[in-house]
Amino acid sequence: MSTRTAPRPGCDVDFGYSVLRPRTPWWSARIPVRLVCLALLLGAAAVLMGLLAITLGDYPLTLGEVFTTLTGAGEDFHRMIVLDWRAPVAAAAVVFGALLGIGGAIFQSLTRNPLGSPDIIGFDAGAYFAVVITILVLGSGGYWSVATAALAGGLLTACAVYLLAYRRGIQGFRLIVVGIGVSAMLGSANAYLITRAEIDDAMTVGFWGAGTITRVTWTGMVPAAALGCAIILAATALARSLRQLELGDDAATTQGIAVNSARLGLIVTGVATTALVTAAAGPIGFIALVAPQLARRITRSAGVSMFSAAMMGALLLTAAHLLSLAVAQVYRPVPVGLITVCLGGIYLIWLLMREARRHNGVMP
Amino acid sequence: MPVDTQVPAGQKMAAPPSARQALTRRRTLGLFTLLAALGLLLLTSLAHGSNSLSYSQVWTGLWVRDTTEASLIVWELRIPRTVVGVIVGACFGVAGALIQALTRNPLADPGILGVNAGAGFAVTLGVGFFGLTGITGYIWFAFLGAAAATLLVYVIGSAGRGIISPVTLVLAGVALGAVLNGFSTFLTLIDPDTFRSIRNWGLGSIARTDLADTLSVLPLLLTGLAIAVCLSGSLNSVTLGDDLAASLGTKIMRTRVLGIIAVTLLAGGATALTGGIAFVGLMVPHIVRWFVGPDQRWIILCSALAAPVLVLAADILGRVIARPGEVEVGILTAIVGAPVLIALVRHRKASGL
Repeated sequence: MSTRTAPRPGCDVDFGYSVLRPRTPWWSARIPVRLVCLALLLGAAAVLMGLLAITLGDYPLTLGEVFTTLTGAGEDFHRMIVLDWRAPVAAAAVVFGALLGIGGAIFQSLTRNPLGSPDIIGFDAGAYFAVVITILVLGSGGYWSVATAALAGGLLTACAVYLLAYRRGIQGFRLIVVGIGVSAMLGSANAYLITRAEIDDAMTVGFWGAGTITRVTWTGMVPAAALGCAIILAATALARSLRQLELGDDAATTQGIAVNSARLGLIVTGVATTALVTAAAGPIGFIALVAPQLARRITRSAGVSMFSAAMMGALLLTAAHLLSLAVAQVYRPVPVGLITVCLGGIYLIWLLMREARRHNGVMP
Repeated sequence: MPVDTQVPAGQKMAAPPSARQALTRRRTLGLFTLLAALGLLLLTSLAHGSNSLSYSQVWTGLWVRDTTEASLIVWELRIPRTVVGVIVGACFGVAGALIQALTRNPLADPGILGVNAGAGFAVTLGVGFFGLTGITGYIWFAFLGAAAATLLVYVIGSAGRGIISPVTLVLAGVALGAVLNGFSTFLTLIDPDTFRSIRNWGLGSIARTDLADTLSVLPLLLTGLAIAVCLSGSLNSVTLGDDLAASLGTKIMRTRVLGIIAVTLLAGGATALTGGIAFVGLMVPHIVRWFVGPDQRWIILCSALAAPVLVLAADILGRVIARPGEVEVGILTAIVGAPVLIALVRHRKASGL
């Protein structure tokens, strides 16, 4: 195996950044050093934040106590708090954040639009609507029925939005506005049902709709994590097609990509990430929107990359989780989804202002 | 109706006399159809409700004001909500027409642009921290919130110079709405009492508002309408683009500032009274443009008549379909209006962000 950082004339392309190229007779790869290092750094920060989140709560622990408990030692009481109560939540923050980041990267890349994330195009609204129907109309509030409803509602809505926006192909702008329209319609139907419900049921739905990971337990987390790993594997397998598809369908075809099946696979994977998270934790907005873009800016890569987006998503969700725990210490518990919506919305506004300014700069 | 003053300069040269006559005929016909529909709906709104009174009971109740059930229902419930429906309908319609003309954006609507969310957030703050109770207490908070949201969205959307891309403005509104709704949700979820008193408010209903409250906001709404009517001439040239408008002698800056003030007054006041009825301001100007053409004076006049028709029709439908309960008018307009939005983006030649 030979590794080089300097390009060899006539053989390699100078990408303008340092690249590791491991080559063996069986496989070869091109690893952009900066992107991978920064992404790993983001991932490490996410894990650290997760550990910090375990220390916070009604019964505060030190970081040392958490470490000893996680390595198998420590008091029984600490073991219960750390392993049974707080670890699944911290793990959920990392895994769900990564999944949302992947979903956002896939959709932004496919729509070639920084705004084309699943939550913007109506997925969350559909999941929320199905859950409202399940809890308020059908009266079943168990974990599995809620999760199934969220999954089905989200998928159906995503399909509906896609079909409604389809007109000789999909265009990012149309997809987004159709998503807004469908969300508005479902949102007002939700509001109608919520005002007719008993106050306790309505608040249950309200909490679910705000998006919270604090009630995640190992029983819910284990299947979610297993599915999450499957999704991450699928995403890794499809990453190359995603990069080629960014070149346009014709160029991707000449590179040997089966364009339509690759796109279908990517859409299914992208929807699955959001569906899984929404089913387990409720709609957690804006991570999928923000993570790929922030990651792209930090790693200074040309397009969105799934790996760095996943790490950034994990970092953002654990940070929001930590913030919600910190707020709970001094004030009251805040659903983590509300924090991501508020911070993410402000980011979106900033993004729009910047785009508007740049747009006008190009065309005065 | 004198034809020459109704057609803008650009159109007069293009349109041959016969086409001009056809347009005038279409406009006149449309105007009278709208007036007739409005009159019919006013009567229907008095006659039908979740309590099924017979027409003769309504008729006697209307003329003999006493303490019978019919008279009370007509005078205390149906007349106020009909009046409120007409007033806020006209305001939302004109606000929509104005903001679509000012931003040259066919997708603009006060509800979509986050005005409802601003009002809702301010009311939630008022209920949660200042202990407001009842619609009367909400009104001024809602008005301030709605006005602030309108200004904020406009500032965000116009961060660059020149025209604002339709999507940027819509997204700015949606983003602002999401943030404000997030804060409101937080404030309601931490306190069941706030949740209970606030959850009905943001739906958009004309049934809860009483006439005294309407009267206290009316001066603002009338000012807004008056500004809109005065501006409608300059709006014709603004829609041609800033450069052309300036060369035609229009004071662009003044038109824009006054226009935004009018939109703020109209959308803010109407949202304060109802909790926000989305999509009326989006749909009505589009429907009106089918028969009056691109002249803003006609669009604003006919929007002021067509929007109450829509609001009253939705309100009457909401009373009838869910007896003995009601469906709020804002819910019905959203369910009708969202497909209109989708149809608009499907048929327009869209531009990427």
